[in-house]
Amino acid sequence: MDGFEDMIFGRPEVMEDRPTHFCPGCGHGITQRLIGEVIDELGIQERAVCVASIGCTVTAYAYFKVDGLESAHGRAPAVATAIKRVRPELFPFTLQGDGDLASIGTAEIVHAAARGEKITVIFANNATYGMTGGQLAPTTLIGMYSASTTGGRTVEQSGYPIRMSEMLATLDGPSYITRVSLHNPANVRKARKAIELAFRAQLAGLGLSFVEVLSMCPINWKVEPVKARQWMADNMIPQFPLGEFKCIPEVEALKKAVKG
Amino acid sequence: MPAVIANIMRAGPGLGNIGGAQGDYMQCTRGGGHGDYYLITLAPSSVQDMLDFTMLAFELADKYRNPVLVMADGFLGQVVESVVIRDRVKKLPEKRWAITGAAGRPKNIINSFEMNPMDHPARIKLILQKFERMQRNEVRYEGLNLEDADIVLVAYGSVARSAMTAMQEARLHKIKVGLLRPITVLPFPYQPLSDLAGRGCKFVAAEMSGGQMVEDVRIAVGNRNEVKLVNSWGGVPLTADEIFEAIDLLA
Repeated sequence: MDGFEDMIFGRPEVMEDRPTHFCPGCGHGITQRLIGEVIDELGIQERAVCVASIGCTVTAYAYFKVDGLESAHGRAPAVATAIKRVRPELFPFTLQGDGDLASIGTAEIVHAAARGEKITVIFANNATYGMTGGQLAPTTLIGMYSASTTGGRTVEQSGYPIRMSEMLATLDGPSYITRVSLHNPANVRKARKAIELAFRAQLAGLGLSFVEVLSMCPINWKVEPVKARQWMADNMIPQFPLGEFKCIPEVEALKKAVKG
Repeated sequence: MPAVIANIMRAGPGLGNIGGAQGDYMQCTRGGGHGDYYLITLAPSSVQDMLDFTMLAFELADKYRNPVLVMADGFLGQVVESVVIRDRVKKLPEKRWAITGAAGRPKNIINSFEMNPMDHPARIKLILQKFERMQRNEVRYEGLNLEDADIVLVAYGSVARSAMTAMQEARLHKIKVGLLRPITVLPFPYQPLSDLAGRGCKFVAAEMSGGQMVEDVRIAVGNRNEVKLVNSWGGVPLTADEIFEAIDLLA
């Protein structure tokens, strides 16, 4: 960065110089920025391949200066598997929402994880189908408003939300599974560390690394943007507890390399 | 199995862009799945049609014990119009084949597998016979200004509405244009189109695809007369102006 030797904060180099289009208070901008910082930190811009999902994350191709290959709804892990197996020198990462990964994509992620595919999955969980107007999703909370459960989700009508991280942690294939949140700066920093560790796991040739990021969608939650983060902390964390669910010893050993 | 399936078509492959299109015509009418099968396919042009044809679809599905497709486009999917609610269906055929528990009757099995492979052809023959009955009995279309038409517009779905405007414009220019709007694209109204070709009409097929319904028009017309395609694609509507231009060139 010319003449900016003293700059201590700026746009990650791997991110395109353009404003994003996300809604006020949306978590995607933060998650994508964290991914951008990690790609810069690890120097993998020329090897990284973005495989986004269908939904608001489909716009990721416009924001990263890396190759991108669109996948059908839920199928990003399958596409990333092909990329990694055919060209192991590349670094595919998926960026998927809950309406994608936890719904139509459950078969793909379970089997990619069970096979221990050497890919990294970033799972943005905002408990809704954002792009199509906020319909009930597999991670929508009991009692939570959605466009298709306007009186709030009920167990009788729609059953229970799915905890993907815990479910995938029962498999032997993954090397690292963790859930983080974006509700305040301290947790955004933890999210960044988790994403970096997940990327380092792939660089070390370990099995599937998975970071579930609790993310805000104020417009579809019908919560004011400035209140959405606290709403998320109060309501989503009890259902989706933060922390690590799987961390094999080889990933533990990588933790000291992660920037603080 | 009776079922009603709605396909609200948008520009393929449908992985993010949601503009209306008619590019699934072949998939709907020539089969997007395995084997010999045919679904009656209804093409609404208005919200009133969406309501009426969906109710009709349930009736036809029960009548033939077959799935029925309601095929609309992304523009109709978003439009808001007022409707008149028609009377409910009162009498549907009895379903003696249904799964209600084998109490006091022999078992009912709904599957596609035959233990004895030699029994499979008979099953397919039933489907083919059903299709013949659909073709004889279920063709539906709307004809406007066909009595004295020299040029016949063929359009369905939201394109039929642009086509109507183009037809009116053409008539103001003293060009004798009529509109044949298929309501069922399967079974397709081949006979009325063939009759019009026999009378010497030329045809303009208007659709939001690379050119799919036009092939059915060509089947009906054969080599006898000119069939011109006017189309749009990629989720962009086909305008009355574009259709009128095509008519003007042909006239």
